[in-house]
Amino acid sequence: MQPFDQLTSTAVPLPIENVDTDQIIPARFLKAIDKAGFGENLFRDWRFDRDGSENMQFVLNNPSYSGEILVAGTNFGCGSSREHAAWALYQYGFRVVVSSFFADIFKNNALNNGILTVEVDPEFLDNIFREIENDPDAMFKVDLEGQYCKILSTGEETTFDIDPYKKQCLLEGKDDIDYLLSLDTKISTFEANQKIY
Amino acid sequence: MVGKTLFDKIWDAHVVHTTPNGSQVLYIDRHFVHEVTSPQAFAEIGAKGLVIRQPGKQTVTADHNVPTIHQDRPITEAMSRQQVATLGENCAIHGLTYYGLGHENQGIVHVIGPELGLTKPGMTIVCGDSHTSTHGAFGCIAFGIGTSQVAQVFASQCLIQRKPKTMRITVDGELQEGVLAKDIILYLINKLGTGGATGYFVEYAGSAIRGLSMEGRMTVCNMSIEMGARGGLIAPDQTTFDYLYGRDNAPVGTDWDDAVAFWRSLPTEDDATFDLELAFQAEDIEPMVTYGTNPGMSVKINEPIPELGDTPNPGLQKSLDYMGLEPGQMMKGKEIDYVFIGSCTNARIEDLRIVASYVEGKTKDPNTIVWVIPGSKHVEKQAISEGLDVIFRNAGFEFRQPGCSACLGMNEDKIPAGAYCVSTSNRNFEGRQGQGARTILVSPLTAAAAAIAGKIVDFRTANMDTYAAV
Repeated sequence: MQPFDQLTSTAVPLPIENVDTDQIIPARFLKAIDKAGFGENLFRDWRFDRDGSENMQFVLNNPSYSGEILVAGTNFGCGSSREHAAWALYQYGFRVVVSSFFADIFKNNALNNGILTVEVDPEFLDNIFREIENDPDAMFKVDLEGQYCKILSTGEETTFDIDPYKKQCLLEGKDDIDYLLSLDTKISTFEANQKIY
Repeated sequence: MVGKTLFDKIWDAHVVHTTPNGSQVLYIDRHFVHEVTSPQAFAEIGAKGLVIRQPGKQTVTADHNVPTIHQDRPITEAMSRQQVATLGENCAIHGLTYYGLGHENQGIVHVIGPELGLTKPGMTIVCGDSHTSTHGAFGCIAFGIGTSQVAQVFASQCLIQRKPKTMRITVDGELQEGVLAKDIILYLINKLGTGGATGYFVEYAGSAIRGLSMEGRMTVCNMSIEMGARGGLIAPDQTTFDYLYGRDNAPVGTDWDDAVAFWRSLPTEDDATFDLELAFQAEDIEPMVTYGTNPGMSVKINEPIPELGDTPNPGLQKSLDYMGLEPGQMMKGKEIDYVFIGSCTNARIEDLRIVASYVEGKTKDPNTIVWVIPGSKHVEKQAISEGLDVIFRNAGFEFRQPGCSACLGMNEDKIPAGAYCVSTSNRNFEGRQGQGARTILVSPLTAAAAAIAGKIVDFRTANMDTYAAV
């Protein structure tokens, strides 16, 4: 996993609530046995019409907007547990998703793949949307060490929470599996003492 | 000292280690595995030179990406064939038992676990699938995980977790006739919203929950994720024990007695507290039907779709545009094109019996295509032994072979763009059942009635004489 410490970037606005992982990556693209090629199908059915032509109404097809930060409406990533959603976002080029609320499994999957989920209050989220609407080139800074998100043009700033363990993993680019393997003796002791029916 | 909840008891008994920052390493008793969310995890294990720590605690089947006809033949579609074959190869490499296509135990992962007696009270259970919450019906901590975590469980049989908050939802009272478990959970999701239980593990309690069969309890727990909850669970009781007794993998002899004694110690104590308590009355619940593009967007069968109101509601407008519906419109009377009876929510034998009891002696609407997809080979076999397949075929339904099928449309079982599908599954997201498909979630009984009428009907007033068996 690539470490993450801070990022300054423009942002892509997606002011839609309850974006589910079926939209992020539809099920028909889950047939792969490796992790390659998901980025091109990110938001496939919103990006493209059924005849394959680009839907120019969708924000990812609007050349005014770009950047490594996706800003989305509340309850982002709900639904299916597919980690392919996190792979697709990462491969497309997003390193940060900002929302006022994330679904549990998605948040976990994102953090396990080097994508920082930044949960801000709804008012701050509105401020970000407003700023991008005013100026699609507006810059935002997300700092993991300091746990803050800043609208650089206005100086507005907010802090965000993150599990301290996941923060450390992200800063160092380490994943859980290394840590779990280091607990081998403890796990063996647990197994030896567990009564199973 | 304050008493413990069912959830706390199971959680605390599975903590291997607590880190200085409060995260906990949780031991996993059973890991269910399927073809879609596992190949990259197997690859990770292989690339790192790791072994699967507990091969006997993995249960592997192919369900998401399998055809529901001609399962004895090679899978036609190349990528699906490769994905399913890869699962079989990975099982051979790592010494895992594999319930592949054609195996008597094959089926939807959340259907086979309980029917094989692998899902038992007090366990921790995970799977790379959000509907793992189904197993909570037995009094388990069961939740969905991502593929990175699938690899972690392979390697260590553990996961790093932060203990979630707890919520108790009590549904007391008596359900109206014909109101099923599916209606209860659709009602609850409607009340809480799709994110209303995020961050929580939910215990379902109350007389209406206790009165449900195990199949009904599984339907309720199954859709916990649709209100954001990590999982849902129900205290084990005599209904649970009766279901498990005599199944493969259930304890026998004195072990059974010991197990039951232990299981009886699990329910939440009277003085235990929850982070949030909600209560509902069973009498308020009616047959539910969704109109939108998430499972919280539902109405009672005799209610209209909500009006847009004075404040802008782009989410509702977007959903209704997708669904081709209008604010204030009645769902009742809406003509439909497909009926899908299946999925980990409603493809157990009880669900098929309910459908058959309504359908027997009737024929489907000629313009409606009806698929019945049993949840497992065992459900299929049982249905055939009871003659349910004959009832379905006589009604003009297609009775097919087990798999997830049109719930997520990964295989050929897709609903065409613009078509309306009345479905017993769990998600009505845009495109869930196929690009442009319009999904309407309902109970098996409402689905059966829709199949006959070719439109959404209140089965209590349509054919009142013929649903007495339910």
